[in-house]
Amino acid sequence: MRLLRRQGLTFDVINYSFLAFLAFITLYPFWDSFIVSIIPMGEYLSSSLHLYPKSVTFEAYTYLLSMKELWNSYGVTLIITVAGTLINMLLTIMAAYALSVEELKGRRIMMFFIVFTMLFSGGVIPTYIIIKDLGMMNSLWALMIPSAINTYNLIVLRSFFQSIPSELEQSAKIDGCSEMGVLFRIVIPLSLPGIATITLFYAVAHWNEFFNAIFYISDKSRYPLQLFLRGMLFENESTYSGGGDSPYLLGPAIKMAALMVATIPILLIYPFFQKHFAKGAMLGAVKE
Amino acid sequence: MSVTKEQLLALPHAESQAPIRSEKKSAWISIWRQRYLYVMLLPAIVYYVLFHYLPLYGATIAFKDFNIMKGILGSPWAGFKHFEYLFALDKFWEVIGNTLIISFSRLLVGFPFPLIVALLLNEVRLAVFKKSVQTIIYLPHFISWVILGGLMYNVLSLDDGVINNLIKSLGGNPIGFMTDEKYFRSTMVFSMVWKEFGWNSIIFMAALAGVNPQLYEAATLDGANRWQKIVSITLPCIRNTIAILLILRLGNIMEAGFEQIFVLYHPGVYSVADIIDTYVYRIGLAEGRFSLAAAIGLFKSLINFILLVIANRITRMMGEQGVY
Repeated sequence: MRLLRRQGLTFDVINYSFLAFLAFITLYPFWDSFIVSIIPMGEYLSSSLHLYPKSVTFEAYTYLLSMKELWNSYGVTLIITVAGTLINMLLTIMAAYALSVEELKGRRIMMFFIVFTMLFSGGVIPTYIIIKDLGMMNSLWALMIPSAINTYNLIVLRSFFQSIPSELEQSAKIDGCSEMGVLFRIVIPLSLPGIATITLFYAVAHWNEFFNAIFYISDKSRYPLQLFLRGMLFENESTYSGGGDSPYLLGPAIKMAALMVATIPILLIYPFFQKHFAKGAMLGAVKE
Repeated sequence: MSVTKEQLLALPHAESQAPIRSEKKSAWISIWRQRYLYVMLLPAIVYYVLFHYLPLYGATIAFKDFNIMKGILGSPWAGFKHFEYLFALDKFWEVIGNTLIISFSRLLVGFPFPLIVALLLNEVRLAVFKKSVQTIIYLPHFISWVILGGLMYNVLSLDDGVINNLIKSLGGNPIGFMTDEKYFRSTMVFSMVWKEFGWNSIIFMAALAGVNPQLYEAATLDGANRWQKIVSITLPCIRNTIAILLILRLGNIMEAGFEQIFVLYHPGVYSVADIIDTYVYRIGLAEGRFSLAAAIGLFKSLINFILLVIANRITRMMGEQGVY
């Protein structure tokens, strides 16, 4: 008996340490980059492991925040995140609700046509040609409309809606509720974890917008944040130096500061959604 | 969209008569009664037609000599010309090889790992610890590859990255994780696993939560230890989830991670890093050879589809429920 307990204890110690180690290697790159963004160049060069900053400077942030391109791309990303997510939610909720009504004629065939698009797609080139033909090149619409509905999110939301007992909807209708009334007063309030989860997924996708932007946006003044960031991180930074202001010395710090500026909003909203999405994603996953 | 007073008044009336007339009601009347639902569906239908079915039709340019002035309809048919050209191209096979190598390595490392993490997390009794670890390991899933690529450069850099500094202080030679052809693919695979293992563990956690706790209690009474419980209760109970996830992953085997590779690769590692998607991007958009690029895209879709069907068939033969 004592041996068994000791075995259990050894397992627990190893298990907790291993999981803590996983958490550490997940967080450390973020922490290291944050430190690099706030320490002076001298300290960056002198020590190899930056566990904590010995001295702090916000030079990199001041330099970065004075860049017009940053504000431009930040604006673009904010617009597509807010407007794009609104479009996403409006279209996804409406379609998911309609498709969740069991008596809807033609529901099965429509679901088939929707799920089919997950298996077969025309590929990026035909899509590119169609978006070009629709006149969306270099327009922010190209970053919102072609991704207006994510099929996986639609299916998840639909299964949320379906899990609401239909008696509730029936009795609301008998009490004089219209379809819209049922949707807004019963279905949506009861599906808030699902709606919160999907809102987060869509918002993050827009915030991280990169794929569509490299295809459809070539005008630098309409670059979303991620394209601006790619320019800063991976292309010759002299394009952004703009003058004699020794960008070389600030190099790594500015890069990491840019990275932080793009990451912090996600770090800020993520905890608010987390309790919902773990539940939401699970429910969606199990139901599918 | 607001609801008028008339509609509110009219509905209960219609509703109360429904049961009596339902027998004779034709399909058209029920469609008319559901007109608001169809109106709600309309934007989605337009969306799927425009951005999914039209491109599906547009994929026919793989069999045409696409000319941007003439459009998809007006361009002349070319038969299998582009496919023949493609299959004779050495670069094409190199790209397929890279895609498969990266994808299968990712499956090999990246599929079991989240399952192991979920099993370990499931053994944690301390709720605060469990939640904190989960919060942290889900995080990278929400961060873009551009940002994570920047982090990787910072940590893996040849001159002053933490990892190489550690290697140097232990007396080893620095490793060009992202510049050396020998290491590039492994770096990609491990960083993909690093980004997604936490998130991928969620679905296993969900499956684990669904296992009947009485089974464990009974096993404890019978004197089973943790390992025996995992092997004879947990795994059999979640094998259907494992099977479905495996099928879905196999159906995506041709997706080797466009964004990550596109952000991190450079001409020095093209020979090991070029995957189907990056190659399509370069020859399609950079060189403007639309038909050829569409042919590659179509080929990719087809392989994915075939793999999905095969994997589904195998799981059904093993007595599990498939995806369809």
